[in-house]
Amino acid sequence: MSIEHRDDTGDRFGMWLFLYTEVILFSGLFILYAVSLANYPEQFSQASHKLNIYFGTVNTLVLLTSSLTIALAVSAIQMGRIKQTLILCWITVGLAIVFLINKYFEWSAEIGHGIYPGSEQLAEMGAGITVFFNLYYFTAGLHGLHVLIGATLIGVVAVMTAKGKVTSDRYVLLENSALYWHLVDLVWIFLFPLYYLIL
Amino acid sequence: MNETTTYTGFWQESPRPGILGWLLTTDHKRIGIMYLGCIISMFIIGAVLGLALRLELIAPGPTIMGPQTYNATFTVHGIIMIFMFLIPSIPAAFGNLLLPLHIGARDVSFPKLNLLSWYCYMAGLVLVIFAMFGGGGVPDTGWTFYVPFSTQTTTNVNLAAFAAFMLGFSSILTGINFVTTVHRLRCEGMKWGRLPLFVWTLYATAWIQVLATPMIGITLVLVILERTFGAGLFDAARGGDPILFQHLFWIYSHPAVYIMILPGMGVVSEMIPTFARKPLFGYWAMALSSLAIAFAGSLVWAHHMYASGMSDLAVLVFSFLTFIVAIPSAIKVFNWISTLHKGSIELAPPMLFALAFIFNFAIGGLGGLALGAAASDIHLHDTTFVVGHFHYVMFGGGGFALFGAMHYWLPKFTGRMYNHKVAAIGWALLFVGFNITYMAMQAVGIMGMPRRYYDYLPEFHTLNLVATIGSWMLAAGLIVMFVNLWQGLRKGAPIGKNPWGGATLEWAIPSPPPLDNFGPEDPVVTKGPYEFKGVVADEY
Amino acid sequence: MSEHTHEPVPYRTFILIWVALLVLTAITIAVSRVDLGALNIWVALGVASIKSSLVIFVFMHLRQESKLFKIGLMVMLSILAIFIGLTFFDVLYR
Repeated sequence: MSIEHRDDTGDRFGMWLFLYTEVILFSGLFILYAVSLANYPEQFSQASHKLNIYFGTVNTLVLLTSSLTIALAVSAIQMGRIKQTLILCWITVGLAIVFLINKYFEWSAEIGHGIYPGSEQLAEMGAGITVFFNLYYFTAGLHGLHVLIGATLIGVVAVMTAKGKVTSDRYVLLENSALYWHLVDLVWIFLFPLYYLIL
Repeated sequence: MNETTTYTGFWQESPRPGILGWLLTTDHKRIGIMYLGCIISMFIIGAVLGLALRLELIAPGPTIMGPQTYNATFTVHGIIMIFMFLIPSIPAAFGNLLLPLHIGARDVSFPKLNLLSWYCYMAGLVLVIFAMFGGGGVPDTGWTFYVPFSTQTTTNVNLAAFAAFMLGFSSILTGINFVTTVHRLRCEGMKWGRLPLFVWTLYATAWIQVLATPMIGITLVLVILERTFGAGLFDAARGGDPILFQHLFWIYSHPAVYIMILPGMGVVSEMIPTFARKPLFGYWAMALSSLAIAFAGSLVWAHHMYASGMSDLAVLVFSFLTFIVAIPSAIKVFNWISTLHKGSIELAPPMLFALAFIFNFAIGGLGGLALGAAASDIHLHDTTFVVGHFHYVMFGGGGFALFGAMHYWLPKFTGRMYNHKVAAIGWALLFVGFNITYMAMQAVGIMGMPRRYYDYLPEFHTLNLVATIGSWMLAAGLIVMFVNLWQGLRKGAPIGKNPWGGATLEWAIPSPPPLDNFGPEDPVVTKGPYEFKGVVADEY
Repeated sequence: MSEHTHEPVPYRTFILIWVALLVLTAITIAVSRVDLGALNIWVALGVASIKSSLVIFVFMHLRQESKLFKIGLMVMLSILAIFIGLTFFDVLYR
């Protein structure tokens, strides 16, 4: 055993541990959400209706599909189909960009209506609605940051695959980037119903 | 580190020469040494600030500083001592140095991530320095960053909070590395039942680092966002809840207490069998109680909040849960004592620190029960009793364990021995000075002196004077200890492989260890970590 | 299967899971438009949990990983449940 040695299972386990820390990071915001929902059920419902459910749904479809493409990319590289791997990776990155563009339009519209953290108009809507939108912006913002990081990671791995540094024998980097991307999807799976779908 | 040319082993073997060989190293021993250097420097700065605080309290009224300076001083003292000294102290410095050696590995699982974690630590350190000298005023919130004050004060809270975020990130990376290393890199024959206790405690600590630290990350980010956008998430007038900040803060910061003390317990569990020449009493109880402390420690955070206005039911529940932590802690204390029973005890300097640890930790721990019981806590809350209590656990426990570890293991990594007599004198000054300072502080707290004030009523004068004089003794002890270690480790007598007669793996390899730790052959373990039969200490 | 890698999961499996995820999304949206009182939030969380289990076990290959990975996940989720649950001892009874 030399100092540098290969342990793909260990690498994946390390990535899972890192994902745990990400889950706990988001859970801080979800705790605040849960407590505020318990305190202001009606206001949360009113506030939720102000969000555009179409943006939310489209972004859900985009993320679920991107999760599929990156999962397929891992299978593709395992079977040695490098070209398919590259195509699937770039589709994933493309979907991430679609997600962010969607988010941009959604947020611009809301900010145009004077709904953003610290705004006067938001404060006039009352305490519960203010809390809802503060949390919405902070959670979705943090999630958006993760979309950006995840897409960058996948892009880098795609380039490395094209250069032959990630191969069908040694692809743990792709696996780990895919794991990260699935986490981004997982967070959205909870974020979507909690913010967009409260009746 | 000018004198290192005289050292052999990993000090010289490096793929890169000179300073780059350190700054770009992925060797766990070099990273450990770099961590240790930074941590000790931070400790010295923090200790000087602490001495200044004590000096201010030597008499009622302003003596050497005014209220704003006092607030800033205890804030920076707290941030440095908690985030930059105690949390990384044993895990990052001695964990890095020893974890791979203890389990028979060549390095940690992710050597590059290990270096990155050191750079995150350095980034946090630089940010704190900017927060102190960068204009806008030194942070004055206390290390706890409590809202609403932290969202309103005009001082450099953003930078300090971001610094703590970076330090947390460094801690997370170390935790991920250690959990993976313990699972994946144990050498042949290193079964779970043969892991040294130090590894068990590092393993439990690493899980806390992974699962609790992100919570402080998000909390501090929210404080920064509050200050930037004025959103009002923790402002009751705008639907927020300031008590929720305290929940989120202590969800991390209480388990963090165990990040500080658990590895110290591991260090003591290594030293006591070695210097009593007896196997550790109750190996599995000790191993599992480490995990139990880590788990129970994450159930009890709100016992810091009895006076915050949270629900009475929560006070009751958290008070009850707090007592649960006492069980595994007491298991540890009793098992150390049982190990000593009928042992062939050698009072070498590391052993002195180990014994002091047990004494201080027992007092600190019992004080913790007085604070964990809701009824007595209402009286003691925010008095200097609390300050005395956590210094007993953190400094008297974690700090003394670090000093013990330095006396026990640093000769291994430099191949040279310090002067034992001077070390004993340093220890005595530290131990006596420590107890005078913080016992006086606890006593004056019971009388009702509130913490975090630069001034106090005349009836508290005598005990404060005693505490301040004790702090000078403490300072003298620190100076003696550090000077003795520094001189001994550079110019002391050369030692062989095993100066103490320890039975764990690191004592079977040369001092200082070579770059690849174990030479060409991978180690194979055939016995437990505390089987001293046939293990003989080298003469030096 | 070598020491480092898993058997590749066939494309078909992933596509089926994706379809299931889309169906569950449709269900959660449909249910959210019916007033069930406090039950709404629990249905939403329930469906989200099923969706995330599918992602975790199939997309993230947890099915193929060793017991260690599964225990790790359980530890993390229990700690998370404790953090949320114990906070409510304060919030609900204040």
